[in-house]
Amino acid sequence: MTAPRVVVVGAGPAGIRAALTLLRAGLRPVIIDEASRAGGQIYRRPPPAAGFVRPPGTLYGFEAGKAMRLHAAFDAALPRLDYRPRTLVWDIVDGAVHTAGEDGGTDLVAYDALILAPGAMDRVIPLPGWTLPGVFTLGGAQVALKYQGCAVGERTLFVGTGPLLYLAAHQYLRAEAGVVGVLDTAPAAALARVIPGLLADPLTLAKGLHLVLSLRLRGIRVENGVHPLRVVGDGAVGGLQYRGTDGQEREIACDAVAIGYGLKPETQLMDLAGCRFRYDSVVRHWLPEADPDGRATGVPGLYLAGDGAGIAGADAAELSGERAAWSLLRDHGLADSPSRRRQHIARRLARLGRFRQALEQTFPFPAHLAESLPDDTILCRCEMVPVGTLRAAVRALGGDDLNHLKASSRVGMGRCQGRVCGPAAAEIAAASGKRPIEAVSRLRGQPPVKPLPTRYFVGPTE
Amino acid sequence: MKQQFRRLAETTRARITVFVDGIPADALVGDTLLTVLLTHGRRVRTSEFGDGPRAGFCLIGACQDCWVSLTDGRRLRGCTTIAQDGMSIVTGITAP
Repeated sequence: MTAPRVVVVGAGPAGIRAALTLLRAGLRPVIIDEASRAGGQIYRRPPPAAGFVRPPGTLYGFEAGKAMRLHAAFDAALPRLDYRPRTLVWDIVDGAVHTAGEDGGTDLVAYDALILAPGAMDRVIPLPGWTLPGVFTLGGAQVALKYQGCAVGERTLFVGTGPLLYLAAHQYLRAEAGVVGVLDTAPAAALARVIPGLLADPLTLAKGLHLVLSLRLRGIRVENGVHPLRVVGDGAVGGLQYRGTDGQEREIACDAVAIGYGLKPETQLMDLAGCRFRYDSVVRHWLPEADPDGRATGVPGLYLAGDGAGIAGADAAELSGERAAWSLLRDHGLADSPSRRRQHIARRLARLGRFRQALEQTFPFPAHLAESLPDDTILCRCEMVPVGTLRAAVRALGGDDLNHLKASSRVGMGRCQGRVCGPAAAEIAAASGKRPIEAVSRLRGQPPVKPLPTRYFVGPTE
Repeated sequence: MKQQFRRLAETTRARITVFVDGIPADALVGDTLLTVLLTHGRRVRTSEFGDGPRAGFCLIGACQDCWVSLTDGRRLRGCTTIAQDGMSIVTGITAP
Protein backbone atom coordinates (compact mmCIF):
# COMPACT_ATOMS: atom_id res chain seq x y z
CA MET A 1 0.00 0.00 0.00
CA THR A 2 1.38 3.37 -0.92
CA ALA A 3 1.36 6.07 1.70
CA PRO A 4 -1.32 8.73 1.23
CA ARG A 5 -0.12 12.05 -0.13
CA VAL A 6 -0.91 14.63 2.54
CA VAL A 7 -0.85 18.39 2.17
CA VAL A 8 -0.97 20.69 5.20
CA VAL A 9 -1.76 24.34 4.51
CA GLY A 10 -0.47 26.73 7.15
CA ALA A 11 2.60 26.49 9.38
CA GLY A 12 1.26 28.08 12.54
CA PRO A 13 0.69 26.13 15.77
CA ALA A 14 -2.04 23.97 14.19
CA GLY A 15 -0.28 23.16 10.93
CA ILE A 16 3.04 22.45 12.66
CA ARG A 17 1.50 20.04 15.19
CA ALA A 18 -0.46 18.33 12.43
CA ALA A 19 2.66 17.89 10.30
CA LEU A 20 4.75 16.61 13.22
CA THR A 21 2.06 14.09 14.17
CA LEU A 22 1.92 12.78 10.58
CA LEU A 23 5.69 12.62 10.49
CA ARG A 24 5.85 10.46 13.61
CA ALA A 25 3.48 8.01 11.91
CA GLY A 26 5.89 7.69 9.00
CA LEU A 27 4.31 10.08 6.50
CA ARG A 28 6.15 12.90 4.76
CA PRO A 29 3.58 15.67 4.40
CA VAL A 30 3.90 18.68 2.15
CA ILE A 31 3.50 21.75 4.38
CA ILE A 32 2.78 24.99 2.55
CA ASP A 33 2.94 28.39 4.22
CA GLU A 34 2.93 32.00 3.08
CA ALA A 35 5.47 33.12 5.68
CA SER A 36 9.23 32.87 5.28
CA ARG A 37 9.56 30.95 8.58
CA ALA A 38 7.21 28.59 10.40
CA GLY A 39 5.39 29.77 13.53
CA GLY A 40 2.21 31.43 12.35
CA GLN A 41 1.24 34.91 13.44
CA ILE A 42 1.42 34.42 17.20
CA TYR A 43 4.80 32.71 17.13
CA ARG A 44 6.02 34.63 14.10
CA ARG A 45 9.78 34.87 13.80
CA PRO A 46 11.78 37.76 12.35
CA PRO A 47 13.00 37.29 8.77
CA PRO A 48 15.70 34.62 8.37
CA ALA A 49 19.41 35.32 7.95
CA ALA A 50 19.06 39.05 8.46
CA GLY A 51 20.81 39.56 11.80
CA PHE A 52 17.79 39.95 14.09
CA VAL A 53 18.97 39.35 17.66
CA ARG A 54 16.10 39.72 20.16
CA PRO A 55 15.71 36.57 22.27
CA PRO A 56 12.38 34.67 22.48
CA GLY A 57 11.65 36.14 25.91
CA THR A 58 11.58 39.60 24.36
CA LEU A 59 9.60 38.50 21.32
CA TYR A 60 6.97 36.30 22.95
CA GLY A 61 6.82 37.27 26.65
CA PHE A 62 4.90 34.70 28.69
CA GLU A 63 4.57 32.49 25.63
CA ALA A 64 8.31 32.24 24.93
CA GLY A 65 8.57 28.65 26.15
CA LYS A 66 5.77 27.44 23.92
CA ALA A 67 7.12 29.38 20.95
CA MET A 68 10.62 27.94 21.39
CA ARG A 69 9.33 24.38 21.74
CA LEU A 70 7.22 24.68 18.61
CA HIS A 71 9.96 26.31 16.56
CA ALA A 72 12.57 23.79 17.73
CA ALA A 73 10.34 20.80 16.99
CA PHE A 74 9.60 22.11 13.51
CA ASP A 75 13.20 23.01 12.73
CA ALA A 76 14.38 19.55 13.88
CA ALA A 77 11.84 17.91 11.58
CA LEU A 78 12.68 20.04 8.55
CA PRO A 79 14.89 17.49 6.76
CA ARG A 80 12.00 15.01 6.81
CA LEU A 81 9.27 17.45 5.68
CA ASP A 82 8.46 18.80 2.24
CA TYR A 83 8.25 22.38 3.55
CA ARG A 84 7.32 25.13 1.10
CA PRO A 85 7.59 28.55 2.74
CA ARG A 86 6.71 31.85 1.01
CA THR A 87 4.09 29.95 -0.97
CA LEU A 88 0.42 30.80 -1.40
CA VAL A 89 -2.29 28.20 -1.97
CA TRP A 90 -4.57 30.14 -4.27
CA ASP A 91 -7.06 27.49 -5.38
CA ILE A 92 -8.17 23.96 -4.54
CA VAL A 93 -9.60 21.91 -7.41
CA ASP A 94 -10.21 18.18 -7.86
CA GLY A 95 -7.90 16.91 -5.14
CA ALA A 96 -5.03 19.27 -5.80
CA VAL A 97 -3.88 22.64 -4.48
CA HIS A 98 -2.62 25.33 -6.82
CA THR A 99 0.38 27.13 -5.37
CA ALA A 100 2.35 30.23 -6.24
CA GLY A 101 5.74 30.89 -4.70
CA GLU A 102 6.97 34.37 -3.88
CA ASP A 103 9.81 33.78 -6.34
CA GLY A 104 7.29 33.34 -9.15
CA GLY A 105 7.16 29.54 -9.36
CA THR A 106 3.79 27.81 -9.63
CA ASP A 107 2.84 24.24 -8.86
CA LEU A 108 -0.10 21.90 -8.64
CA VAL A 109 0.16 19.54 -5.67
CA ALA A 110 -2.17 16.54 -5.70
CA TYR A 111 -3.27 15.09 -2.37
CA ASP A 112 -5.19 12.17 -0.93
CA ALA A 113 -5.81 14.08 2.30
CA LEU A 114 -5.69 17.79 3.06
CA ILE A 115 -5.37 19.56 6.39
CA LEU A 116 -6.33 23.23 6.28
CA ALA A 117 -4.90 25.39 9.05
CA PRO A 118 -4.96 28.87 7.50
CA GLY A 119 -5.30 30.83 10.74
CA ALA A 120 -7.02 34.10 11.41
CA MET A 121 -6.80 37.86 11.02
CA ASP A 122 -8.11 40.85 12.93
CA ARG A 123 -11.83 41.54 12.74
CA VAL A 124 -12.32 45.23 12.18
CA ILE A 125 -15.20 47.68 12.03
CA PRO A 126 -14.65 50.69 9.78
CA LEU A 127 -14.96 54.20 11.11
CA PRO A 128 -14.60 57.59 9.43
CA GLY A 129 -10.92 58.29 8.75
CA TRP A 130 -9.77 54.67 8.98
CA THR A 131 -7.99 54.78 5.61
CA LEU A 132 -5.61 57.50 6.82
CA PRO A 133 -1.95 56.45 7.06
CA GLY A 134 -1.26 55.45 10.65
CA VAL A 135 -4.33 53.26 11.22
CA PHE A 136 -3.33 49.61 11.53
CA THR A 137 -4.89 46.47 12.94
CA LEU A 138 -3.93 45.34 16.44
CA GLY A 139 -2.31 42.28 14.92
CA GLY A 140 -0.47 44.53 12.51
CA ALA A 141 0.88 46.62 15.37
CA GLN A 142 2.16 43.41 16.98
CA VAL A 143 3.73 42.18 13.77
CA ALA A 144 5.58 45.48 13.22
CA LEU A 145 7.16 44.98 16.62
CA LYS A 146 7.77 41.23 16.55
CA TYR A 147 8.83 40.87 12.93
CA GLN A 148 10.56 44.20 12.34
CA GLY A 149 11.46 45.70 15.73
CA CYS A 150 9.35 48.77 14.95
CA ALA A 151 6.44 50.56 16.61
CA VAL A 152 3.67 51.66 14.24
CA GLY A 153 3.86 55.18 15.67
CA GLU A 154 5.55 57.36 18.24
CA ARG A 155 2.31 57.71 20.22
CA THR A 156 -0.01 54.78 19.53
CA LEU A 157 -3.62 54.57 20.67
CA PHE A 158 -5.05 51.06 21.08
CA VAL A 159 -8.76 50.76 20.24
CA GLY A 160 -11.28 47.95 19.96
CA THR A 161 -11.91 44.99 22.20
CA GLY A 162 -10.61 41.53 23.01
CA PRO A 163 -7.51 40.09 24.65
CA LEU A 164 -5.26 41.30 21.82
CA LEU A 165 -6.14 44.91 22.65
CA TYR A 166 -4.45 44.63 26.03
CA LEU A 167 -1.72 42.26 24.92
CA ALA A 168 -0.59 44.52 22.06
CA ALA A 169 -0.59 47.62 24.29
CA HIS A 170 1.37 45.73 26.94
CA GLN A 171 3.94 44.56 24.38
CA TYR A 172 4.39 48.14 23.19
CA LEU A 173 4.94 49.34 26.74
CA ARG A 174 7.51 46.62 27.38
CA ALA A 175 9.36 47.61 24.22
CA GLU A 176 9.32 51.23 25.43
CA ALA A 177 7.09 52.41 22.62
CA GLY A 178 4.73 55.30 23.29
CA VAL A 179 1.24 54.16 24.35
CA VAL A 180 -1.27 56.99 24.72
CA GLY A 181 -4.20 54.89 25.82
CA VAL A 182 -6.40 51.81 25.55
CA LEU A 183 -10.02 52.32 24.54
CA ASP A 184 -12.18 49.21 24.97
CA THR A 185 -15.72 49.07 23.58
CA ALA A 186 -16.63 46.37 26.10
CA PRO A 187 -18.34 47.62 29.25
CA ALA A 188 -16.28 47.25 32.43
CA ALA A 189 -19.17 45.51 34.17
CA ALA A 190 -18.92 42.53 31.87
CA LEU A 191 -15.80 41.19 33.54
CA ALA A 192 -17.21 40.29 36.95
CA ARG A 193 -20.06 38.30 35.41
CA VAL A 194 -17.80 36.06 33.38
CA ILE A 195 -15.08 35.26 35.93
CA PRO A 196 -16.50 31.74 36.52
CA GLY A 197 -16.19 30.93 32.80
CA LEU A 198 -12.74 32.45 32.58
CA LEU A 199 -11.60 30.20 35.43
CA ALA A 200 -11.73 27.33 32.92
CA ASP A 201 -8.22 28.49 32.03
CA PRO A 202 -6.95 30.12 35.23
CA LEU A 203 -3.39 30.61 33.98
CA THR A 204 -4.50 32.59 30.93
CA LEU A 205 -6.94 34.53 33.09
CA ALA A 206 -4.10 35.42 35.47
CA LYS A 207 -1.93 36.54 32.56
CA GLY A 208 -4.78 38.67 31.23
CA LEU A 209 -5.39 40.35 34.56
CA HIS A 210 -1.67 40.98 34.84
CA LEU A 211 -1.72 42.75 31.46
CA VAL A 212 -4.57 45.05 32.43
CA LEU A 213 -3.09 45.76 35.84
CA SER A 214 0.37 46.53 34.48
CA LEU A 215 -1.10 49.00 32.00
CA ARG A 216 -2.95 50.77 34.78
CA LEU A 217 0.09 50.74 37.08
CA ARG A 218 2.12 52.44 34.37
CA GLY A 219 -0.50 55.18 34.32
CA ILE A 220 -1.87 54.29 30.91
CA ARG A 221 -5.35 55.60 30.31
CA VAL A 222 -7.71 52.60 30.00
CA GLU A 223 -11.37 53.32 29.28
CA ASN A 224 -14.21 50.85 28.89
CA GLY A 225 -17.56 51.17 27.18
CA VAL A 226 -16.33 53.64 24.58
CA HIS A 227 -17.85 54.32 21.16
CA PRO A 228 -15.07 55.19 18.66
CA LEU A 229 -16.39 57.91 16.35
CA ARG A 230 -13.70 58.92 13.85
CA VAL A 231 -10.01 59.10 13.16
CA VAL A 232 -8.92 62.65 12.44
CA GLY A 233 -5.80 64.10 10.88
CA ASP A 234 -4.46 66.07 7.96
CA GLY A 235 -3.24 63.45 5.48
CA ALA A 236 -2.32 61.03 8.28
CA VAL A 237 -3.50 60.11 11.78
CA GLY A 238 -3.54 63.02 14.23
CA GLY A 239 -6.07 61.76 16.77
CA LEU A 240 -9.18 59.75 17.50
CA GLN A 241 -12.55 61.06 18.63
CA TYR A 242 -14.82 58.86 20.70
CA ARG A 243 -17.82 58.99 23.01
CA GLY A 244 -17.26 57.89 26.59
CA THR A 245 -19.74 56.14 28.87
CA ASP A 246 -20.79 59.58 30.16
CA GLY A 247 -22.02 60.46 26.66
CA GLN A 248 -19.34 63.14 26.22
CA GLU A 249 -17.25 63.29 23.06
CA ARG A 250 -13.51 63.45 23.57
CA GLU A 251 -10.42 63.45 21.39
CA ILE A 252 -7.09 61.79 22.07
CA ALA A 253 -4.09 63.02 20.08
CA CYS A 254 -1.93 60.25 18.62
CA ASP A 255 0.02 59.48 15.47
CA ALA A 256 -1.03 55.84 15.16
CA VAL A 257 -4.22 53.92 15.88
CA ALA A 258 -4.13 50.14 16.36
CA ILE A 259 -7.66 48.78 16.09
CA GLY A 260 -9.40 45.41 16.19
CA TYR A 261 -12.44 43.62 17.58
CA GLY A 262 -11.24 40.08 18.11
CA LEU A 263 -10.15 37.77 15.33
CA LYS A 264 -11.90 36.22 12.36
CA PRO A 265 -11.07 32.89 10.72
CA GLU A 266 -9.55 32.93 7.25
CA THR A 267 -12.07 30.63 5.56
CA GLN A 268 -11.54 31.26 1.84
CA LEU A 269 -9.75 27.93 1.30
CA MET A 270 -12.48 26.04 3.15
CA ASP A 271 -14.92 27.58 0.69
CA LEU A 272 -12.89 26.42 -2.29
CA ALA A 273 -12.56 22.95 -0.78
CA GLY A 274 -16.35 22.66 -0.59
CA CYS A 275 -16.99 23.01 3.14
CA ARG A 276 -20.43 23.66 4.53
CA PHE A 277 -20.70 26.62 6.89
CA ARG A 278 -22.85 27.39 9.89
CA TYR A 279 -23.41 30.66 11.68
CA ASP A 280 -22.24 30.83 15.28
CA SER A 281 -24.29 33.50 16.97
CA VAL A 282 -22.00 33.79 20.02
CA VAL A 283 -18.85 34.65 18.09
CA ARG A 284 -20.81 36.14 15.16
CA HIS A 285 -18.78 34.21 12.59
CA TRP A 286 -19.63 31.75 9.86
CA LEU A 287 -17.60 28.65 10.62
CA PRO A 288 -16.80 25.65 8.43
CA GLU A 289 -18.58 22.54 9.68
CA ALA A 290 -16.53 19.68 11.03
CA ASP A 291 -17.05 16.70 13.32
CA PRO A 292 -15.55 16.75 16.83
CA ASP A 293 -12.34 15.22 15.47
CA GLY A 294 -11.71 17.85 12.81
CA ARG A 295 -13.15 16.04 9.75
CA ALA A 296 -14.83 18.56 7.46
CA THR A 297 -18.51 17.72 7.07
CA GLY A 298 -19.38 16.32 3.65
CA VAL A 299 -15.84 16.61 2.22
CA PRO A 300 -14.01 13.26 2.48
CA GLY A 301 -10.26 13.63 2.99
CA LEU A 302 -10.45 17.18 4.32
CA TYR A 303 -9.50 18.04 7.90
CA LEU A 304 -9.67 21.42 9.66
CA ALA A 305 -7.54 22.76 12.50
CA GLY A 306 -6.59 25.91 14.33
CA ASP A 307 -8.13 29.36 14.38
CA GLY A 308 -9.17 29.06 10.72
CA ALA A 309 -11.77 26.52 11.82
CA GLY A 310 -12.98 28.70 14.71
CA ILE A 311 -11.11 31.13 16.95
CA ALA A 312 -9.78 29.31 20.01
CA GLY A 313 -6.20 30.53 20.44
CA ALA A 314 -2.74 29.08 20.00
CA ASP A 315 -2.91 26.36 22.67
CA ALA A 316 -6.12 25.01 21.18
CA ALA A 317 -4.61 25.28 17.70
CA GLU A 318 -1.73 22.97 18.63
CA LEU A 319 -4.21 20.46 20.04
CA SER A 320 -6.65 20.63 17.15
CA GLY A 321 -3.78 20.29 14.68
CA GLU A 322 -2.65 17.12 16.38
CA ARG A 323 -6.23 15.86 16.55
CA ALA A 324 -6.84 16.45 12.82
CA ALA A 325 -3.67 14.50 12.03
CA TRP A 326 -4.77 11.58 14.23
CA SER A 327 -8.17 11.52 12.48
CA LEU A 328 -6.44 11.42 9.12
CA LEU A 329 -4.15 8.59 10.21
CA ARG A 330 -7.08 6.63 11.61
CA ASP A 331 -9.12 7.11 8.42
CA HIS A 332 -6.23 5.69 6.38
CA GLY A 333 -5.70 2.80 8.76
CA LEU A 334 -2.18 3.96 9.56
CA ALA A 335 -2.23 4.69 13.27
CA ASP A 336 -4.55 5.49 16.12
CA SER A 337 -4.02 7.96 18.92
CA PRO A 338 -3.46 6.39 22.31
CA SER A 339 -6.86 6.67 24.02
CA ARG A 340 -5.35 8.59 26.95
CA ARG A 341 -3.95 11.14 24.55
CA ARG A 342 -7.25 11.40 22.72
CA GLN A 343 -9.11 11.96 25.99
CA HIS A 344 -6.55 14.54 27.09
CA ILE A 345 -6.95 16.51 23.86
CA ALA A 346 -10.75 16.38 24.01
CA ARG A 347 -10.82 17.45 27.67
CA ARG A 348 -8.34 20.25 27.19
CA LEU A 349 -10.11 21.57 24.08
CA ALA A 350 -13.43 21.51 25.93
CA ARG A 351 -11.95 23.63 28.73
CA LEU A 352 -10.40 26.05 26.27
CA GLY A 353 -13.76 26.22 24.51
CA ARG A 354 -15.48 27.25 27.75
CA PHE A 355 -12.79 29.86 28.31
CA ARG A 356 -13.33 31.18 24.79
CA GLN A 357 -17.09 31.47 25.34
CA ALA A 358 -16.44 33.52 28.46
CA LEU A 359 -14.00 35.72 26.55
CA GLU A 360 -16.69 36.39 23.94
CA GLN A 361 -18.97 37.59 26.73
CA THR A 362 -16.20 39.68 28.27
CA PHE A 363 -15.34 41.34 24.98
CA PRO A 364 -18.55 41.18 22.91
CA PHE A 365 -18.36 42.13 19.24
CA PRO A 366 -19.90 45.63 19.11
CA ALA A 367 -22.12 45.12 16.08
CA HIS A 368 -23.94 48.35 16.91
CA LEU A 369 -20.84 50.33 15.86
CA ALA A 370 -21.22 49.08 12.29
CA GLU A 371 -24.96 49.65 12.22
CA SER A 372 -24.64 53.25 13.38
CA LEU A 373 -21.95 54.32 10.88
CA PRO A 374 -22.77 57.43 8.83
CA ASP A 375 -23.59 56.78 5.15
CA ASP A 376 -20.43 58.52 3.93
CA THR A 377 -18.02 56.32 5.93
CA ILE A 378 -15.78 54.24 3.67
CA LEU A 379 -16.78 50.60 4.15
CA CYS A 380 -14.66 48.89 1.47
CA ARG A 381 -11.19 50.39 1.71
CA CYS A 382 -10.02 48.51 -1.41
CA GLU A 383 -12.39 50.39 -3.69
CA MET A 384 -13.61 53.29 -1.55
CA VAL A 385 -17.23 52.15 -1.38
CA PRO A 386 -19.17 54.05 1.29
CA VAL A 387 -21.60 52.49 3.77
CA GLY A 388 -24.47 54.33 2.06
CA THR A 389 -23.90 52.46 -1.20
CA LEU A 390 -24.44 49.14 0.55
CA ARG A 391 -27.54 50.47 2.31
CA ALA A 392 -28.90 51.70 -1.04
CA ALA A 393 -28.29 48.26 -2.55
CA VAL A 394 -30.21 46.67 0.33
CA ARG A 395 -33.11 49.04 -0.31
CA ALA A 396 -33.02 48.40 -4.06
CA LEU A 397 -32.72 44.62 -3.89
CA GLY A 398 -34.83 44.09 -0.81
CA GLY A 399 -33.56 41.46 1.57
CA ASP A 400 -30.74 39.70 -0.15
CA ASP A 401 -27.59 37.72 0.29
CA LEU A 402 -24.24 39.54 0.66
CA ASN A 403 -22.86 38.01 -2.54
CA HIS A 404 -25.68 39.55 -4.54
CA LEU A 405 -25.23 42.86 -2.70
CA LYS A 406 -21.52 42.65 -3.51
CA ALA A 407 -22.22 42.39 -7.24
CA SER A 408 -24.48 45.40 -7.06
CA SER A 409 -22.54 47.62 -4.62
CA ARG A 410 -18.94 46.36 -5.15
CA VAL A 411 -18.57 45.95 -1.37
CA GLY A 412 -16.25 42.97 -0.99
CA MET A 413 -15.26 43.04 -4.67
CA GLY A 414 -11.80 44.53 -4.08
CA ARG A 415 -8.38 43.03 -3.73
CA CYS A 416 -8.96 41.68 -0.22
CA GLN A 417 -12.18 39.82 -1.19
CA GLY A 418 -14.02 41.34 1.72
CA ARG A 419 -11.67 39.93 4.35
CA VAL A 420 -11.56 43.38 5.93
CA CYS A 421 -15.05 44.81 5.36
CA GLY A 422 -17.02 41.53 5.32
CA PRO A 423 -18.07 41.29 8.97
CA ALA A 424 -19.16 44.94 9.14
CA ALA A 425 -20.87 44.68 5.74
CA ALA A 426 -22.93 41.75 7.03
CA GLU A 427 -23.99 43.70 10.13
CA ILE A 428 -24.90 46.76 8.06
CA ALA A 429 -26.84 44.74 5.47
CA ALA A 430 -28.73 42.88 8.19
CA ALA A 431 -29.54 46.03 10.17
CA SER A 432 -30.64 48.11 7.20
CA GLY A 433 -32.73 45.27 5.79
CA LYS A 434 -34.11 44.58 9.30
CA ARG A 435 -33.23 40.91 8.98
CA PRO A 436 -31.33 38.45 11.15
CA ILE A 437 -27.62 38.43 10.37
CA GLU A 438 -27.72 34.76 9.30
CA ALA A 439 -30.17 35.69 6.54
CA VAL A 440 -27.64 37.89 4.70
CA SER A 441 -25.16 34.99 4.54
CA ARG A 442 -21.46 35.68 4.00
CA LEU A 443 -19.03 36.64 1.24
CA ARG A 444 -17.81 33.46 -0.45
CA GLY A 445 -14.10 32.96 -1.15
CA GLN A 446 -13.03 33.06 -4.78
CA PRO A 447 -9.86 31.91 -6.55
CA PRO A 448 -7.25 33.25 -6.53
CA VAL A 449 -7.76 33.84 -2.81
CA LYS A 450 -5.18 36.64 -2.95
CA PRO A 451 -3.98 38.78 -5.86
CA LEU A 452 -1.42 37.12 -8.11
CA PRO A 453 0.66 39.16 -10.54
CA THR A 454 0.18 37.89 -14.10
CA ARG A 455 3.92 37.18 -14.33
CA TYR A 456 3.06 33.88 -12.61
CA PHE A 457 1.13 32.74 -15.64
CA VAL A 458 3.19 33.96 -18.57
CA GLY A 459 6.62 32.77 -19.62
CA PRO A 460 9.74 34.90 -19.52
CA THR A 461 9.63 37.71 -22.04
CA GLU A 462 13.25 37.41 -23.18
CA MET B 1 9.01 64.51 6.50
CA LYS B 2 7.72 62.87 9.63
CA GLN B 3 8.04 59.12 9.74
CA GLN B 4 5.26 56.68 10.69
CA PHE B 5 7.25 53.78 12.14
CA ARG B 6 9.78 54.05 14.99
CA ARG B 7 12.68 51.64 15.19
CA LEU B 8 12.85 50.30 18.74
CA ALA B 9 15.27 47.39 18.39
CA GLU B 10 17.27 45.29 15.93
CA THR B 11 19.24 48.27 14.61
CA THR B 12 22.58 46.45 14.43
CA ARG B 13 21.66 44.77 11.14
CA ALA B 14 23.69 45.51 8.02
CA ARG B 15 22.69 48.59 6.05
CA ILE B 16 21.32 48.66 2.54
CA THR B 17 20.03 51.43 0.31
CA VAL B 18 16.58 51.44 -1.24
CA PHE B 19 15.33 54.18 -3.55
CA VAL B 20 11.97 55.74 -2.71
CA ASP B 21 10.67 57.83 -5.60
CA GLY B 22 14.26 58.16 -6.75
CA ILE B 23 15.66 59.33 -3.41
CA PRO B 24 18.11 57.01 -1.62
CA ALA B 25 16.75 55.78 1.72
CA ASP B 26 18.75 53.98 4.41
CA ALA B 27 17.33 50.58 5.26
CA LEU B 28 18.43 47.44 7.12
CA VAL B 29 18.77 43.88 5.90
CA GLY B 30 15.50 42.11 6.75
CA ASP B 31 13.30 45.20 6.46
CA THR B 32 10.10 44.76 4.49
CA LEU B 33 9.34 47.27 1.76
CA LEU B 34 6.62 48.62 4.03
CA THR B 35 9.10 49.13 6.88
CA VAL B 36 11.50 50.96 4.57
CA LEU B 37 8.74 53.29 3.39
CA LEU B 38 7.25 53.95 6.81
CA THR B 39 10.58 54.59 8.54
CA HIS B 40 11.06 57.41 6.02
CA GLY B 41 7.57 58.83 5.71
CA ARG B 42 3.87 58.23 6.17
CA ARG B 43 3.00 56.88 2.73
CA VAL B 44 3.30 53.46 1.15
CA ARG B 45 1.31 54.16 -1.98
CA THR B 46 -1.27 56.49 -3.43
CA SER B 47 -4.85 55.25 -3.61
CA GLU B 48 -6.14 54.78 -7.15
CA PHE B 49 -9.49 56.03 -5.90
CA GLY B 50 -8.40 59.59 -5.25
CA ASP B 51 -8.39 59.52 -1.46
CA GLY B 52 -4.70 60.25 -1.10
CA PRO B 53 -1.93 58.29 0.56
CA ARG B 54 -2.26 54.82 2.09
CA ALA B 55 0.16 53.16 4.47
CA GLY B 56 -0.97 49.53 4.74
CA PHE B 57 -3.29 48.17 7.38
CA CYS B 58 -3.05 44.52 8.46
CA LEU B 59 0.70 43.94 7.89
CA ILE B 60 0.12 40.17 7.53
CA GLY B 61 -0.62 39.89 3.82
CA ALA B 62 -4.40 39.75 4.19
CA CYS B 63 -5.79 43.24 3.43
CA GLN B 64 -3.79 43.89 0.21
CA ASP B 65 -3.52 47.60 1.06
CA CYS B 66 0.25 47.85 0.59
CA TRP B 67 0.97 46.69 -2.97
CA VAL B 68 3.71 48.90 -4.43
CA SER B 69 5.42 49.22 -7.79
CA LEU B 70 9.13 49.08 -8.48
CA THR B 71 10.67 51.11 -11.28
CA ASP B 72 11.45 47.80 -13.03
CA GLY B 73 7.72 47.20 -13.36
CA ARG B 74 7.28 44.58 -10.66
CA ARG B 75 4.27 44.82 -8.32
CA LEU B 76 5.00 43.57 -4.80
CA ARG B 77 3.12 43.43 -1.52
CA GLY B 78 4.95 45.77 0.84
CA CYS B 79 4.40 43.95 4.12
CA THR B 80 5.53 40.52 2.91
CA THR B 81 8.41 41.44 0.61
CA ILE B 82 11.89 41.78 2.07
CA ALA B 83 13.78 44.78 0.67
CA GLN B 84 16.91 44.14 -1.40
CA ASP B 85 19.79 46.56 -1.77
CA GLY B 86 19.21 48.89 -4.72
CA MET B 87 15.46 48.29 -5.08
CA SER B 88 13.61 51.32 -6.39
CA ILE B 89 10.03 51.87 -5.18
CA VAL B 90 7.43 54.21 -6.61
CA THR B 91 4.80 55.46 -4.14
CA GLY B 92 2.68 57.35 -6.67
CA ILE B 93 0.08 55.88 -9.00
CA THR B 94 1.62 53.76 -11.73
CA ALA B 95 0.03 51.96 -14.64
CA PRO B 96 -1.34 48.61 -13.45
